[in-house]
Amino acid sequence: MAAITLTIDDKQVSAEDSQSVLSIAQEQGIAIPTLCHLEGVYDVGACRLCLVEVAGVNKLLPACTTKATEGMVVRTDTERLRKYRKITLELLFAERNHVCAICVANGHCELQTMAYNQGMDHVRYDYCFPKWDMDLTHERFGMDHNRCILCARCVRACWHIEGAGTKNVAGRGARSHIITDMFQPWGEAESCTSCGKCVMACPTGALFERGSTTGEMQRDRTTLEFIVTAREKKQWIA
Amino acid sequence: MDLSELNQIKERELAARKKYTLRCCMAAGCMSSNAESVKEELEKAVTEAGLGQEVEVRGVGCMRLCCEGPLVQADPDGILFEQVDPDAAKSIIAALKGGKAKARLGNPQSPFFTQQKSIVLANSGIVDPERIESYIAADGYQALYHVLRELDPNEVVTEMVTSGLRGRGGAGFPVGLKWGTVAKSPGAKKYVVCNADEGDPGAFMDRSVLESDPHAILEGMAIAAFAVGADQGFIYARAEYPLAIDRLKKAIKQAKAKGLLGAGIFDSPFNFTVDIRIGAGAFVCGEETALMMSIEGRRGTPRPRPPFPAESGLWGCPTLINNVETLANVAPIIRNGGEWFAGIGTEKSKGTKVFALAGKIKNTGLIEVPMGTPLRTIVEEMGGGAPDGGTIKAVQTGGPSGGCIPAHSLDTPVDYESLGKLGSIMGSGGMIVMDQDTNMVDVARFFMEFCMDESCGKCIPCRAGTVQMHHLLDKIMDRKATARDLQKLEELCDMVKSTSLCGLGQTAPNPTLSTLRFFRNEYEERLQPDVFGPRGNGKPAKTKASA
Amino acid sequence: MDRLRVATIWFGGCSGCHMSFLDLDEFLIDLAAKIEIVFSPVVDTKEYPAAVDVCLIEGALCNEENVEWLKIIRERTRVLVAFGDCAVTGNVPTMRNALGLNNDVNVLDRAYRECADNNQGIPNEAGIVPTLLKRVIPLHEVVHVDLFLPGCPPPAGRIKSLLVQVLEGQSPVLEGANIKFG
Repeated sequence: MAAITLTIDDKQVSAEDSQSVLSIAQEQGIAIPTLCHLEGVYDVGACRLCLVEVAGVNKLLPACTTKATEGMVVRTDTERLRKYRKITLELLFAERNHVCAICVANGHCELQTMAYNQGMDHVRYDYCFPKWDMDLTHERFGMDHNRCILCARCVRACWHIEGAGTKNVAGRGARSHIITDMFQPWGEAESCTSCGKCVMACPTGALFERGSTTGEMQRDRTTLEFIVTAREKKQWIA
Repeated sequence: MDLSELNQIKERELAARKKYTLRCCMAAGCMSSNAESVKEELEKAVTEAGLGQEVEVRGVGCMRLCCEGPLVQADPDGILFEQVDPDAAKSIIAALKGGKAKARLGNPQSPFFTQQKSIVLANSGIVDPERIESYIAADGYQALYHVLRELDPNEVVTEMVTSGLRGRGGAGFPVGLKWGTVAKSPGAKKYVVCNADEGDPGAFMDRSVLESDPHAILEGMAIAAFAVGADQGFIYARAEYPLAIDRLKKAIKQAKAKGLLGAGIFDSPFNFTVDIRIGAGAFVCGEETALMMSIEGRRGTPRPRPPFPAESGLWGCPTLINNVETLANVAPIIRNGGEWFAGIGTEKSKGTKVFALAGKIKNTGLIEVPMGTPLRTIVEEMGGGAPDGGTIKAVQTGGPSGGCIPAHSLDTPVDYESLGKLGSIMGSGGMIVMDQDTNMVDVARFFMEFCMDESCGKCIPCRAGTVQMHHLLDKIMDRKATARDLQKLEELCDMVKSTSLCGLGQTAPNPTLSTLRFFRNEYEERLQPDVFGPRGNGKPAKTKASA
Repeated sequence: MDRLRVATIWFGGCSGCHMSFLDLDEFLIDLAAKIEIVFSPVVDTKEYPAAVDVCLIEGALCNEENVEWLKIIRERTRVLVAFGDCAVTGNVPTMRNALGLNNDVNVLDRAYRECADNNQGIPNEAGIVPTLLKRVIPLHEVVHVDLFLPGCPPPAGRIKSLLVQVLEGQSPVLEGANIKFG
């Protein structure tokens, strides 16, 4: 392991040669937007939000999977990158049914936060409005494909932190979707340990704890009735 | 197996040749028009005529003029019969003795044949792809012997560098450089992979090579393995090519039986085995990193490069991946020398290239021409131009990653650089000809739909970007789009090209960009006035006429 | 100084954005001195006037009447504001789109036939009952929108921030959490 020096956004920084550009930038307090990156699991370079410009390289490189090298000159926030990042977010919002107002993750969503941080006040592309179902067969967790951005953080957390290998991706293109075991309902997926790591990994409202959706809000009215009846009949007095 | 045994097989095979040979095309194209029955009937007719000692009926690989199949060619005179009906078998046998054949006569002296230069397809249509002896008779496995017994790996790599051969899968990376990198990459275990996942619409070069000359691929792979230090090879073929897979399996079995694959080949310390892996129908698995994922038994999605496969490929080991046509060039280069190969083609594009001619053209089929051949020669002379008195409007090369070259640029020589300058690519060799009735927006939409369906879904620009670009192209086709939509389309093309993870996404906008470059008027004439757009602000935009 | 001619309207929405507007409380009094509401659900005008400076449009486009109105508004308005998530993204009203091709027929069927106790039947009176669109869409799919004010509803502070900038004659810029959806 050797120490190297590189330049990120005109700032000279030193780092170890095994580090990714993303981790060095984060250490230096330089914010590079990410969605598929998650501390603790390996990087796949899929969301393309962390693309950066590297002097002498004619392609844009994902900061998460690009190892830093001596003398590298990196730019993380150019006009071109900002434009591409905004388009990426617009594409995500148009792709599935992200209805923030009624989403379980409203106010706690990385996609939502990313959108306003990148200045996206509307989506210029026509929305796709695909039909996706929810999987509510697991007793503790739910999966709403309408909110999924296919970052596969849940898949990586399931395989590489929990080691269960329950989650996977099926289908291709726009019909790609997260599945459990061999495309069984989550509740019947025998390999699932119900550890909840996938829910913790999810950046949006696609994976959530049961009971947190508006449709699932259950109120136990019988308790009220019990208290009123008991008070009227003075049942708590021995 | 040693050299004398190899030569013995060759001599025995040549000695067994008969006075007449009827070569019957047994590649997928002709077989789909009943070539098997033609061959059977010919064999029957030979027996009935009692000419078993004089006439050999040989099943061979692709004879190239696919549109006129089933094809049969009679040696030694080279008489070509087209669209042969099984019922004509007797008359063809009789024709050998001066009778009149009830089959259409083709012209082997037409430019379609005479303008070809065969290296990759040298054995195609000549040797029996199902018999290793037939390949050995055509000097097969001589190059492997030479390499194993007379050269060291370094010299093999040098020979490839000298040849100037560039990857025939589409990108045109120098083959010698790639081999040298894998050879130098540290690792006890290395792999050689043959990419036979040909998937471009209208492309069938690799299929034909595999069906016609499978041993050439095995020999090329073995030479490559020796050069880079690998002992295991994989051929990744798509399941849609059952005949190619079948012939490869037979070839591997025969080569193993003859000791040309396996342990201690030609009594050298070199071991090499080849296994076939069959793809499950995903276009993206032709991308090398996705292909390796698939071989490893994982979901076929690409990963960012670097690391390149040469450094970290199959199971993390250095891996050499070459396309079918690239590997088919290897044995001829070793046999004739890199200098010989470098003498063919242009300064930067050496050798020949196989193209699958298809679309609005008289002669559809397979051609192999020296690099640098003008498109016009290919399309007009060899291809015979557009059928039914039509005019050629454009030629599409490079499939969904390529572009449309307009008719006024037909004098462009076919080489990597010239095609690149026109916004297209060499690609793997699909060449689709379009005539005056072709709508270029529709062409762009077709290829975009292909990319949209074949996107693996891993990265956002390709997965969601192709959907939006396709939608915008749909809107333009339906005359519902405005200038703003066209602007959005162009912006998306740039974004998807610049940000996608792998080649599929990075090149998906190419057909759209190139049709926009050369046929922009076809887009613009479909646009609607942007009455409620930003500048109109409600009022119908002023037209040139009213201004 | 002439007061700014302001209009508001709601299409496929819940009127929540208008309620949020009323949450401007005492600022409404300041506003009254600077703007004139020339058209709004709270003003008894049937026809959209000419030469409107600013129009706040709440709600998504759900039926043909919405689209007709929007085009009229675009023609007669200088600054058109997509007011709230439904106008900006389509939001909740778009949820029927995912039900597929016949979603417009199906929702009416569900509401007026399956769930009706009396007089089952889909209301259908040409020229009176507007036809539903096949697909609920945000405003900018039909006309150019000058400003986007997201939020479900946009909080009063966010509305004020935009209005103040408009009143000062600037071209308003909303940033950060001020353009948060939901």
